[in-house]
Amino acid sequence: MIFLAALLAAPIASAQTISPADPATASPARVDAAIAATFAGAAVAWMPRVTQDETQRLCSLRRNEPTQAEADSIVARESATLVMPAETTVLGNWRNGEKIAQNGQGGQFSDAPGTVSGGNCYACHQMAPAEISYGTLGPTLAGYGRLHDFKPEAARAAYAKVYNPQSAFACSSMPRFGHNKILTEQQIKDIVAYLFAPDSPVNAP
Amino acid sequence: MRHLLLIAMPLFALLLGAAAPAMEDSEKEIERYRAMIDDPMANPGYLAVDRGEQIWSLSRGTKSATLEACDLGQGPGVLDGAYARMPRYFADADQVMDLEQRLAYCMRSLQGLDLKDIVARRFGSPGKTSDMEDLVAFISNKSQGHKLAAPLAHPKEREMYAIGEAMFYRRSAINDFACATCHGEDGRRIRLQALPNLTRPSLQVQQVMGTWPAYRVSQSQTRTMQHRLWDCYRQMRMPPPDYLSEGLTALSVFLAHNGEGATINAPSIKR
Ligand code: HEC
Repeated sequence: MIFLAALLAAPIASAQTISPADPATASPARVDAAIAATFAGAAVAWMPRVTQDETQRLCSLRRNEPTQAEADSIVARESATLVMPAETTVLGNWRNGEKIAQNGQGGQFSDAPGTVSGGNCYACHQMAPAEISYGTLGPTLAGYGRLHDFKPEAARAAYAKVYNPQSAFACSSMPRFGHNKILTEQQIKDIVAYLFAPDSPVNAP
Repeated sequence: MRHLLLIAMPLFALLLGAAAPAMEDSEKEIERYRAMIDDPMANPGYLAVDRGEQIWSLSRGTKSATLEACDLGQGPGVLDGAYARMPRYFADADQVMDLEQRLAYCMRSLQGLDLKDIVARRFGSPGKTSDMEDLVAFISNKSQGHKLAAPLAHPKEREMYAIGEAMFYRRSAINDFACATCHGEDGRRIRLQALPNLTRPSLQVQQVMGTWPAYRVSQSQTRTMQHRLWDCYRQMRMPPPDYLSEGLTALSVFLAHNGEGATINAPSIKR
């Protein structure tokens, strides 16, 4: 922005003279047209990925810093999408959860049809302290269950967060795994077990 | 030609061997070998440069013409420094174009070439070279040592910058990712892979933008920015963007301005 301002303030010694005050702008409709042109060749089944829902639109527009009123509306809308497991425990099998956390496959145009998606948690989060190959786009989750005293309510909150992080935090960078059907209920329970089982490597000292 | 590969091969064996254990170590190793591999005698990207030079002066198409009269912005046939000043607005096409779009324009208008085969081979694969990747390697190399300075004076160039910026922050698809999700902050990693912050002008972005096209060791191919963005959209769980489409050029305009002043070193070599 500072860069642009400096650039705009500088006189432009070009044959194509334009007003130095002429801002670099493109209307939302113009951006949409560019998006449509860029993905014109996409298969029909993929087109829903190109268009945005209201939450994506607002978070893009505000660069993930919505106003308080907008944030409230996002959290309300996304909370309404939550589908919690019927039974009280949301802990599945942590060994399966570990595989899901490690698995980065699924959802890409290069994937074979029918590829089962992983959660790819390790792309962004530290989890088991023994695993050194983790990303830093999200906060560390090492010792997560232990730090929450293994409380069932905390596990349910974690389930909701994986299902739809924007039910808790508007414009979170994290994918809405349950809402967007990336992961099944069982897969999310397995991941929650990976976070909350006392014998899970995530909770190793 | 062959001596070049003979020098290159043992280096790549080392480089790939180093990539297996902890990434921090392999990054250092890659740095060490990159310095050697940047040597034109050992970077396989220079095979693409040689092929590109042949294609540039090859007569073909319904007009049996070469590309030698193609105007890349500095006058017909002028290659020196042309790549460092792209993407740019071209009055004859009334459009902002990156190098590949401009080459496609010249193939059509000067050579009368059917682009079907060119587009089908847009990304090279084992045993199948890409004319576009070869031409971009050759032409970018003619900007070696030049400073990246894509113009931003024409209203359409400014509009493309604005579109590129909006696209950079645009979240979509099943993962809700934008470019900014991965390239929005300093010092972030995905697994152990370092992610450059591409949001604003910086030395970091200069280092990125001055080093495309690049010979990609992991793919054994010389790749252009068109391919890099295609690959990032794959990671975003988006459908494949159309080759030579407006949005990819818009993103390139945005990135080029954040990398303004970069010293061009192309083709380089990357993981
Ligand atoms: C899911 C994460 C992710 C998203 C989203 C993403 N990228 Fe990337 N990007 C990567 C990774 C990983 C690399 C490779 C880094 C490396 O090789 O060290 C990369 C590399 C790049 C590079 C080359 C960097 C270099 O060192 O030469 C550019 C340029 C780039 N991305 C631009 C974009 C743009 C523009 C978008 C949006 C269309 C985007 N990326 C979206 C993960 C992402």
